[in-house]
Amino acid sequence: MASSSSFIANKKDLGLSALSSTSSPFSIPKCRKSISKKIVSVMAPQQSERKPATTGSVKIAMTMTEKILARASEKPQLSPGENVWVNVDTLMTHDVCGPGSIGIFKREFGDNAKVWDREKIVIIPDHYIFTTDERANRNVDILRDFCLEQNIKYFYDIKDLSNFKVNPDYKGVCHIALAQEGHCRPGEVLLGTDSHTCTAGAFGQFATGIGNTDAGFVLGTGKLLLKVPPTLRFVMDGEMPDYLLAKDLILQIIGEISVSGATYKSMEFVGTTVESLNMEERMTLCNMVVEAGGKNGVVPADSTTFKYLEDKTSVPYEPVYSDEQARFLSEYRFDISKLEPLVAKPHSPDNRALARECKDVKIDRVYIGSCTGGKTEDFMAAAKVFLASGKKVKVPTFLVPATQKVWMDVYSLPVPGSGGKTCSQIFEEAGCDTPANPSCGACLGGPKDTYARMNEPMVCVSTTNRNFPGRMGHKEGQIYLASPYTAAASALTGYVTDPREFL
Amino acid sequence: MAASSSTFTRNPTSIATSFNSKLSLSLFSPRSIKLPYIHPQPIIKPLGSHARPLPVLRATATPSAESTNATTFHGICYVVGDNIDTDQIIPAEYLTLVPSNPAEYEKLGSYALIGLPASYETRFIEPNEMKTKYSIVIGGDNFGCGSSREHAPVSLGAAGVAAVVAESYARIFFRNSVSTGEIYPLESEVRICEECKTGDVVTIELAESRLINHTTGKEYKLKPIGDAGPVIEAGGIFAYARKTGMIPLQSG
Ligand code: SF4
Repeated sequence: MASSSSFIANKKDLGLSALSSTSSPFSIPKCRKSISKKIVSVMAPQQSERKPATTGSVKIAMTMTEKILARASEKPQLSPGENVWVNVDTLMTHDVCGPGSIGIFKREFGDNAKVWDREKIVIIPDHYIFTTDERANRNVDILRDFCLEQNIKYFYDIKDLSNFKVNPDYKGVCHIALAQEGHCRPGEVLLGTDSHTCTAGAFGQFATGIGNTDAGFVLGTGKLLLKVPPTLRFVMDGEMPDYLLAKDLILQIIGEISVSGATYKSMEFVGTTVESLNMEERMTLCNMVVEAGGKNGVVPADSTTFKYLEDKTSVPYEPVYSDEQARFLSEYRFDISKLEPLVAKPHSPDNRALARECKDVKIDRVYIGSCTGGKTEDFMAAAKVFLASGKKVKVPTFLVPATQKVWMDVYSLPVPGSGGKTCSQIFEEAGCDTPANPSCGACLGGPKDTYARMNEPMVCVSTTNRNFPGRMGHKEGQIYLASPYTAAASALTGYVTDPREFL
Repeated sequence: MAASSSTFTRNPTSIATSFNSKLSLSLFSPRSIKLPYIHPQPIIKPLGSHARPLPVLRATATPSAESTNATTFHGICYVVGDNIDTDQIIPAEYLTLVPSNPAEYEKLGSYALIGLPASYETRFIEPNEMKTKYSIVIGGDNFGCGSSREHAPVSLGAAGVAAVVAESYARIFFRNSVSTGEIYPLESEVRICEECKTGDVVTIELAESRLINHTTGKEYKLKPIGDAGPVIEAGGIFAYARKTGMIPLQSG
């Protein structure tokens, strides 16, 4: 823990700080600790001292999250702590929570009720798909019946479980499918019955997870009562070394603020490092805000975002940005150029350690998959390590592409510097298991026959997001959360391994 | 169900049954009205009555007339530590159970807290039992972190838990508890999870914001419910929305 703590210099809570400056909000005259390399300050000025913006449209400076919620609740301005009815742009549900949400919708609005907007609901079977578990299969049937009955426009169905490829509509992991299918748009409100719905904050939108009862309510009304969260701001600057991935950044942050450090709060990610990240990496960053307890995470939309969206949506969207004078609960600064590859040790995502500190931890398997670490770029990263080493894996290595699109990329996109080889070829040469059917897979354990589920108390390095006891199946299993680089490097040695050994 | 918790009716079966007869929605019926207003006389709120103001439960800010007859929970407690996540409350392999289906609701309850590691020697639910004898769960920091699965508060409620008292909650778990009315999520001012033991006999007096541990003879203050108060008072998000005119009184 301590070894990596120098990357954050210090942090002050606004509540404790009397500082209020209208000049540069981020400069502080002096570092508290002499060993600190970076400066941190929290000097969002008090609201009463703030001048109205010159544009005239903004009366009170707001953060991105506050602005999105203000617009969605048709209010000129909002402050943290206010409870407002928010208009929902998109509601997502999946096979685990959809049937229950539908049940509540029917119970409360009546058997013949219609959903509020058949084009704003996205239903994505993804959790328990390739299983013979009857209840799991029945749950997908319930989704299908409902979508037919309600004429839901976006239902990514799967009927033939024997071969996912004959189901052109089938996508896979909901959060990745939402992005790939153009349902994530800057400035909007996206709610989903899954805690990692926060992933979509990468697009500069408000996205958060809700329960079945709330989702049942949204199905009928298109609205939900939400409390405006205060925002924590994370400024990451510096060139990102080529052995790091966004997973290292978010593990660093969670290690810093703990698994409850952002409870009820919004996390905003800015800085030159964040600007340099591609969309998938930004999604990784926002994906795990819930592991810090966060309500949502946001990355300001920029040209990278707009480029990604170009061929994915024709819906007009309007990005919003935090005002310069916006009030942040606290601000954290990181110099990413000095960060080292990290892992989160069992059994908590904030149990941070340097990968190299764990080099004596013998592992039984490696898992690359999920909404956090099963995207195209994640497999590209793993392939890069295998390619660089030219060696074979020493432990079983399971690969579960998040979606059908990722699966196709794994089989078709050439890996840079490989002379035209695809990820799948490189994985095969390295002795990995064949990439599996796209779905949540063993990320959350699931039914006993789930591919790569930990049915024994083993030690696994995984690119997923949670390492709570039992998460991937066995209660005594040990999960080390890591980036795809670190996961691939560990597969090659059979120990938790810093990817710099190969890159 | 343990006799100790019989001062308030917490039998989901009976609730489910009474609604089944009215509703005949096979998969969609049990309305789990289990917020504390079912005490002292069990009130099963009939459908269509959502606009009726319910007894005010906000312990600190209530007129005394209301608070004197406000709710108490009495029973034996089950004590857990920090960061009890939703995978420990209800492991993912049981998520195929749909909480709005009465039979599956019961089953969910029988698996509550089954994901706790073996270091918890006393099991929350005895083998072959459907319900727990512990009607109060006491936890530490960040209770219910992890997934947004509503199955978590539902499984606790279905198992027969009336209230959870933790030092703090993960946001979605707290919200789901309030929205569903399955369990009453209370916050303690101090780390009572270190001072109470599984099996201690405790009473929670909501009006007084107080938890009494009869086994040790100690008393603890609970925090006021705060912002969620109006929604809890109304009886969940639907009732709240009807009460405030967000949605029509009862459609369907
Ligand atoms: S991949 Fe894992 S974390 Fe992501 S949605 Fe599926 S189960 Fe949840």
